[in-house]
Amino acid sequence: MADNTPDTNARKGPLRRFLDLPADSVPKTLFVAVTLCLFASMIVSVAAVSLRPIQEENKLRDKRINILQVAGVYTPGENIREAFQAFEPHVLDLTTGKFTDEFDVATFDERAAADDPELSRDLSSDPAGIGRQSNFKTIYLLRKEDGSIDKVILPVHGYGLWSTLYGFIALEANGNDIFGLQFYQHAETPGLGAEVDNPRWKALWTGKKLRDDNGDLQITVDKAPPAAGIEYHIDAIAGATLTSRGVDNLVKFWMGEEGYETFLSNLQAGDI
Amino acid sequence: MAHKRRELLVDPLVDNNPITLQVLGICSALAVTSSLQVSFVMALAVISVTGFSSMFISMLRNHIPSSIRIIVQMVIIASLVILVDQILKAFAYEISKTLSVFVGLIITNCIVMGRAEAFAMKNPPVASFLDGVGNGLGYGLILMLVGFIRELFGAGSLFGVTILQTVNNGGWYVPNGLLLLPPSAFFVIGLLIWAFRTWKPKQVEEREFKIQTVEAH
Repeated sequence: MADNTPDTNARKGPLRRFLDLPADSVPKTLFVAVTLCLFASMIVSVAAVSLRPIQEENKLRDKRINILQVAGVYTPGENIREAFQAFEPHVLDLTTGKFTDEFDVATFDERAAADDPELSRDLSSDPAGIGRQSNFKTIYLLRKEDGSIDKVILPVHGYGLWSTLYGFIALEANGNDIFGLQFYQHAETPGLGAEVDNPRWKALWTGKKLRDDNGDLQITVDKAPPAAGIEYHIDAIAGATLTSRGVDNLVKFWMGEEGYETFLSNLQAGDI
Repeated sequence: MAHKRRELLVDPLVDNNPITLQVLGICSALAVTSSLQVSFVMALAVISVTGFSSMFISMLRNHIPSSIRIIVQMVIIASLVILVDQILKAFAYEISKTLSVFVGLIITNCIVMGRAEAFAMKNPPVASFLDGVGNGLGYGLILMLVGFIRELFGAGSLFGVTILQTVNNGGWYVPNGLLLLPPSAFFVIGLLIWAFRTWKPKQVEEREFKIQTVEAH
């Protein structure tokens, strides 16, 4: 304490003088609080900002892998960016069933669009439990070598038991035969509802048909096949009645008139 | 000193384990232990957070005003947790998807706060760092044990590699679905505590009160 005379204090820098204050004094308390907060927020924001491009890249990559998987063209270890070149993204106007140039495909965000009253609508009947529906969706076309359409990949989502399931459904070029279904984001019960990720269950979807010859939507996820026949039936997951029902609802909703019906009939007519 | 440092690291593994002896950090131990891989990453995250938060808090311990010490500790812990979360999202995206909110919830993990308050505020940085890492290791050890049991019997695999072929995939093993749900970790941790206390009777707590027996006349 001997050197704490005003004389030696004057020779120390302001920072040193602050640090020498007793920890419980008011100025020191304020000083510690402010400095620490500034310092911590700086570290956090530097980390968040500098890592964001990598994180965005990861998200995009994950989505692309799912699109490749649902189209059945994913081989582990391949270059995702290159493989994805085969896909042709389009922003689809659900009301007209036509592609639109209104938005840039690369930056269009349909989850944001679903919150924008201009670009979305409130659903009066909402079997899939999604609240608001965006009028525009980003869909993907996979073309054959000769330029004709091979597969159509449509984004779908709906409520299961605990969570909204986000996924893609892949259709053959005729717009009626299902090639596959895959969810990339959900929080259903592990071992039960999360069996929507089970490859054996997903394989059941391949070759099923959406509509019968009269154009009525018949696709069903249920315990027992519908009267229409087994080509429209996907066996529900044992022990996951509510998740299966959610998947049933969301497929019916998105393939129905509020979803992609207009687009699919345009596709069948060759008019897209 | 070398001996003491070793103790700081090893002691929390069995003799003073944060989960089985102090019964702290149970919440996240229930949530993330349904598979070994996730448990492993969670353990690494907690080890780094407890280690570094104890170290930084100990470095500042003479300057932390006691009136705001808990908030100061929280700010340091929270910043480290956000840092870990951001790094996981950037470099281990798949796993960060499974861990989801539980990385963020390390902030509220009692082990981190407990070590900061009980040890780091009174001890030098190196010892605090080792103490933090040791307690993180103790937590991680239990996480891995619970994850091992839950993944093996709940999903028939270890680290995602199939050990017992399940019926769903055309095998013979009927998995115990309960083990994939969080409550099963209660049973597993309970049994572990029982096992630990049978092995080390010193850990058994004394009864706080005795049940009176009334003799009939």
